[in-house]
Amino acid sequence: MEKNVTLIALFAGLIAALGIIPAITLGFGVPITAQSLGVMLCGTILGSKRGGLAVLLFLLVVAIGVPLLSGGRGGLGVFASPSAGFLIGWPVAAFVIGLIVEKWNGAPLVIVAGIASVVGGVIVMYAFGIVGMSIALDKTLLESTGLVTAFIPGDLLKAGIAGMLTAALAKARPASVLSRADAV
Amino acid sequence: MISLTSPIKTKAHGWPAGAKLAALCVSTVALFYVQNAAIHAVIFAGILTLYALPGRAFFMAGLRALRLLWPFIVVVAIWHLWTGEVALGAAVILRMMSAVALANLVTMTTLLSDMIDVVRTITRPLTRFGLRPNILELAIALVIRLTPVLVEKGSLLSQSWRARSCQPSGWRIILPFTVLALDDADQVAEALRARGGFDALEDI
Repeated sequence: MEKNVTLIALFAGLIAALGIIPAITLGFGVPITAQSLGVMLCGTILGSKRGGLAVLLFLLVVAIGVPLLSGGRGGLGVFASPSAGFLIGWPVAAFVIGLIVEKWNGAPLVIVAGIASVVGGVIVMYAFGIVGMSIALDKTLLESTGLVTAFIPGDLLKAGIAGMLTAALAKARPASVLSRADAV
Repeated sequence: MISLTSPIKTKAHGWPAGAKLAALCVSTVALFYVQNAAIHAVIFAGILTLYALPGRAFFMAGLRALRLLWPFIVVVAIWHLWTGEVALGAAVILRMMSAVALANLVTMTTLLSDMIDVVRTITRPLTRFGLRPNILELAIALVIRLTPVLVEKGSLLSQSWRARSCQPSGWRIILPFTVLALDDADQVAEALRARGGFDALEDI
């Protein structure tokens, strides 16, 4: 019990740290924040329940007024902004990613974790994000989709990195990939 | 770790946090029922007046917090200039700014401790499903305490990378960083258990 709670709290802190440390940006001309990569790692490493709870805890701490989102954002305002849908989709994304990694044992972990991150971190997250944006900006779902497509390649890249990092962690310290360790 | 609560004391700091949050929910929903751009302009002017009441520093801090919306404002403005529905575009932009400004106003005038009290109250029904509110509070405290620790460790990792390479570290240090976080979780869990674990937490 203590172990699970500290893991959840530490990974919530990890998501925050990934947004705060300036060196960890995925620069390709435009610096891309690694925070949504942290969400993917919560799912692939901690598994569905712990991963989802870690992201939920992170959002709770942001909501009560601690500026942990990248760029020093935080407070209730970010949940009223047009991008709030993405934030609401984060815990669901981590849960879905964790669930896929837990259930799908038939392929190498790098592929499972990568595909899980695409399904959760891109498809699920954008589904929530697009609905949120269409409500806030009074646009149809299709129009909102058009507004966010520019960001999809960056997130696909992060999903690939999440897959590689998870596989590398499994190779170095198999017991640390808890989404798999519990199943064995 | 600094909270976003404004250091400038206002009357609203003393109001009950639960009431402020309930009022915020109601007014945000109400904002979405107003379609008229003129009414939205009046509402937004009213919110700006609220920001201006505690003084210039508070007003400027409020405006700074709204800056994160500029990409959306630009996109919506260009969109509606293109389609010619200027009034609708103005309504959407004003509504978005009002909603975020109101939410920020609650964050700026509510102490972190008051927010945690609200969290405790609204999660009380969840105790039936096995959630212990004091464990949730401990978890919140752990995040607030350990984030600066992780940031420092991550910065050290990136410095040691720079000592060895002229390339920027980018995502390559995330793996050792994750391992550090996992190790920290082990040690913190052991430290908690050594002090009696969650059984030693007094129930509130």
